[in-house]
Amino acid sequence: MKKSVSLMLAAVLALSVMAGCAQKTSGAVTTDGSTSMEKVIGALGEAFEAENSGVTFTYNPTGSGSGIQAALEGRCDIGLSSRALKEDEKSSGLTETILALDGIAVIVNPGNPVSDLDVDTIAKIFTGEITNWKDAGGHDAEIVLIGREAGSGTRDGFESITGTADNCQYRQELTSTGDVITAVSQNPDAIGYASLASVKDTVRAVTVGGVAPTEDTVKDGSYVIQRPFVLVTKTDAPLSEAAQRFFDFATSPDAAGLISGAGAVAVH
Amino acid sequence: MTMDRKRQLGETVVHGIFLTLGLVTVGCVLLITVYLVASGIPAIRQIGLAPFLLGDTWESTAAQPSYGILPFILTSVYGTAGAILFGVPVGFFAAVYLAKLAPTQVRSIVEAAVSLLAGIPSVVYGLVGMLVLVPGIRALFHVPDGASLLAAIIVLAIMILPSIIKVSITALEAVPKEYEDASLALGATPIETWFRVSVPAARSGIAAAVVLGVGRAIGEAMAVMMVSGNVPNMPALFESVRFLTTAVASEMAYSGGLQRQALFSIALVLFLFIMLINAALNFFLKRDKEG
Repeated sequence: MKKSVSLMLAAVLALSVMAGCAQKTSGAVTTDGSTSMEKVIGALGEAFEAENSGVTFTYNPTGSGSGIQAALEGRCDIGLSSRALKEDEKSSGLTETILALDGIAVIVNPGNPVSDLDVDTIAKIFTGEITNWKDAGGHDAEIVLIGREAGSGTRDGFESITGTADNCQYRQELTSTGDVITAVSQNPDAIGYASLASVKDTVRAVTVGGVAPTEDTVKDGSYVIQRPFVLVTKTDAPLSEAAQRFFDFATSPDAAGLISGAGAVAVH
Repeated sequence: MTMDRKRQLGETVVHGIFLTLGLVTVGCVLLITVYLVASGIPAIRQIGLAPFLLGDTWESTAAQPSYGILPFILTSVYGTAGAILFGVPVGFFAAVYLAKLAPTQVRSIVEAAVSLLAGIPSVVYGLVGMLVLVPGIRALFHVPDGASLLAAIIVLAIMILPSIIKVSITALEAVPKEYEDASLALGATPIETWFRVSVPAARSGIAAAVVLGVGRAIGEAMAVMMVSGNVPNMPALFESVRFLTTAVASEMAYSGGLQRQALFSIALVLFLFIMLINAALNFFLKRDKEG
């Protein structure tokens, strides 16, 4: 709380300083990292560039790991990570600022009687320990696992939260959220996962440990299959003027609409 | 004299333009070939040719990655063979019917339909396959999920029909009428004439049609990606499988390092397959001209 207040103060200060001079800061903002944040960062970058003519904004989609590394080595202004920083990363001189939260819904066919699963059961289902719906409270039918392709940010997020990395016994690996939803809607015994914002009526999101995935439950943390979208900056080195402006813009309440528009849950 | 020179100059300019345009095509092919070979070789060197081509596990993003593409190669071969198995008889008999038997009106309608079939984008084939074929296979064969090699084979078989039908019709029509007249005059029935005289005379062209179908089937990515399930399993009819094309397409977006290089190597293998198919096609077409 204290942190966000001070951040906000800093933002106000920075803005008031800038209000004095003409809106003509030139320069470049470079970001590097998570591919899952593409939509959010794309929307923010576009709006930022539109408001600040003369500033170029670049985003290099390399994955969270390399984004954190790039921020540490100073190869970019702001690193992007779709997971929280680890302790050793923080102690190596990096600061995390949570920009938004992303909920991953576990989806089943609307005809499936199962409406609630806990994380443990979900992990057992995806690793092939439970292969029949009757062992998870449903009909006697083989479970069909629908997932995403290797390298997908959603897959990475889902597998790391449920602890099933590299162990999922998928029946189908599809290359887009839309395809996963279509496949699950076409097969009564299918289960899959998709970014919360994309879930439509053709499939049903199960409650996880009794908690339904909504913007509110993601925000208060009670829905556990979620991950943060993090801005990674160096703790002791100040950002360039242009980068600081982007940082302030992205974490301002004004950006919340853009973030929700891109499918994530804004926290500021 | 000046007229002549002017004309000659015009000729030279036009010649130059055509040559340049021709060279653009050749240049593109060369560029792609060189780029593909240059970016495909390093990963094969690092992984080793035998483990790459004959390895049966593909886990490109695991902590201990393994890059074996045998499942993809076999899937592409089986999938294409299956498509030929279903598609060639249908396409061949349709071509014989259209070229020899069909009334003009029927022929013009069916030919228009075949052209339309050729013009449908592959993503539409994939979408219809995903919404109709995959659930259909699931219900019909009582398997847990319909996304399988069989679904891909059926989609591919339909997709290669237009090339088989059109090229076969052209080949059958190129058979000199005298051959058929002679056969009929000797007392053969029309059916005997078509299958004993026309078809053998057109066999090189029909073979070329089949090879063209093979080329189309092995290179298709979008449609099979949507119906085949995309899991790098060893191929089986009702198993979720991944083709050479879809292996490249599904992982390229997020790949990096050795994984990306390995994807280029897969593309190189696919390229070699297609070169072989083209060589076969040229062989049949050449024989057709000589024969």
